[in-house]
Amino acid sequence: MLADKDRIFTNVYGFQDWGLNAAQARGDWDNTKALIERGQDAIIEEIKTSGLRGRGGAGFPTGLKWSFMPKESKDGRPSFLVINADESEPGSCKDREIIRHDPHKLIEGALVAGFAMRARAAYIYIRGEYIREAETLQKAIDEAYDAGLIGKDASGSGYDFDVFMHRGAGAYICGEETAMIESLEGKKGQPRLKPPFPAGAGLYGCPTTVNNVESIAVVPTILRRGGDWFASFGREGNHGTKLFQISGHVDKPCVVEEEMSIPFRELIEKHCGGIRGGWDNLLAVIPGGSSVPLVPAEQIMDAPMDFDGLKELGSGLGTAAVIVMDKSTDIVRAISRISYFYKHESCGQCTPCREGTGWMWRMMERLRTGDAAIEEIDMLQEVTKQVEGHTICALGDAAAWPIQGLIRHFRPELEKRIHDHNAQFAEAAE
Amino acid sequence: MADRTPAPDTPELRERWGSFEWTKANKAKADYHIAKYPEGRQKSAVMPLLDLAQRQVGEETDTQGWLPLPVIEYVAKYIGVPVIRVLEVATFYFMYNMKPVGKYHVQVCGTTPCMLRGSDDIISACKARGMKKGEVSEDGFWTLTEVECMGNCATAPMVQINDDNYEDLTVERLDAVLDALVKGEQPKAGTQEPGRHTSEPSGGPSTLKEMVDANHDYRGEW
Repeated sequence: MLADKDRIFTNVYGFQDWGLNAAQARGDWDNTKALIERGQDAIIEEIKTSGLRGRGGAGFPTGLKWSFMPKESKDGRPSFLVINADESEPGSCKDREIIRHDPHKLIEGALVAGFAMRARAAYIYIRGEYIREAETLQKAIDEAYDAGLIGKDASGSGYDFDVFMHRGAGAYICGEETAMIESLEGKKGQPRLKPPFPAGAGLYGCPTTVNNVESIAVVPTILRRGGDWFASFGREGNHGTKLFQISGHVDKPCVVEEEMSIPFRELIEKHCGGIRGGWDNLLAVIPGGSSVPLVPAEQIMDAPMDFDGLKELGSGLGTAAVIVMDKSTDIVRAISRISYFYKHESCGQCTPCREGTGWMWRMMERLRTGDAAIEEIDMLQEVTKQVEGHTICALGDAAAWPIQGLIRHFRPELEKRIHDHNAQFAEAAE
Repeated sequence: MADRTPAPDTPELRERWGSFEWTKANKAKADYHIAKYPEGRQKSAVMPLLDLAQRQVGEETDTQGWLPLPVIEYVAKYIGVPVIRVLEVATFYFMYNMKPVGKYHVQVCGTTPCMLRGSDDIISACKARGMKKGEVSEDGFWTLTEVECMGNCATAPMVQINDDNYEDLTVERLDAVLDALVKGEQPKAGTQEPGRHTSEPSGGPSTLKEMVDANHDYRGEW
């Protein structure tokens, strides 16, 4: 188990004050000037050494992403850092804990990361439903300004850097980076076609990098303790510590920072009091938020919880939002509810997603009651393939994968429901 | 896609809201939001301004607030963009209420993580108290909405009522919260489970135990 001294988010549960003085006593904003004086290239190199991969779900190497930003502005356009705090993936509840209990880690990270990518300001896009969390974050930003940590000559470094907060208003799709940029510009959150990529033309047409809250908030600690320290956790290619969020049918759901690649069983036993009703009662797990396919009990039990380990199981780490389902779960309904979520959150821009998400949900509802024909399972599978990969953003894929996972692992259950339903009607006819 | 249309544009609506303008305090807030964006990019402030407008309508009607068409037009004029640009934003984002809601907007999360922890019972309990989805209850107190994941999954099931979350609900705990609101009290927000602080494992954290009682600095152990 990860030692407490190696946990980055020491106030993750909010037992202590989130304010500036308490945060400084825990080690935040400790000579930030010295971190900045290392220079842009050295900071990016250190992050590359650490092996940090984006914590928002896709797992793209963070240092590499920063290096795509222009080193100088040839046409006078400024660069921007946008921090994705639009945490809306069902199962995910980690950024909320960072924002409301350790906001100064995020703000300090914004300054250091923003400096490294030569940005003039950071916009933190926080989901609209995080009302109290946004109040805390704004107060923390104001505190940092008042203390001279950000703003003109931030932390005495000679670098001018602003941090602004922008609240969303209840649209999951704004977690997609280009939809977020559209939303920041005051428009509907409909994703943009790429290219151009945000690093070339993002917010207001300026070079922009969009990073997840956790990716940014871990940066100051990585720089203080060294990339090698961070890289000492987890398997090759999956380094670092990670906030896991365990929900569903465990005895004690919680958010906890752990070492990457921790086996699923250890994670649940150490922090969650085990599976409700014991390990024999485990049915399936959605290991990375609603977008990734479920994994049946026997495959997940001893799997390492990291990007590559879960990919090998045909799923993904996503945001490390672990949704646990025991044998009392109506698995078809659980996935159908996710299908409803995607139908509700489709932005309506691309036809395969706008029409497909509704179609897939209605089909799932029929499969839930067994009111379908066996061939329709194959038809549903085919429709998910027609949606997947045929939309501007990944929401279409995210709507398709949970259903594909269900069909892959629980086809006998779907067929049984259809047979039971038909038998019931055959009886009634006699 | 969520199906959302503005409330009908009637003479009564114009009569009631045609003269809407910021209060002095809200005008200062509106200008503060606009100043966060670069010169010539005031349009970026449309979302905070719509939220502010909805809250002001809420204060005037003693509800969570909503966005009548004349108010949307006022916001458009204030930042100097065509009305349709603001209307399309207002109808796109789910937190802008397009019709009147009750004093308390009871938003129960029904997405899978909450569903697994019993959100069906929470929704039934709300309905048993006379709430109806998408409608204002007869006493004007409640509007019930089933919302999508609110990011409180480790403390599910949960409900957001106006600005506060109530987590780790059971039917009894929900009733206690709602009863308190009826009495005009402000129930404690956050988890409703006795002894639980926030999202640590219930019964006490499995990690970072020094942090419970003191602001421990771990740097000495690095």
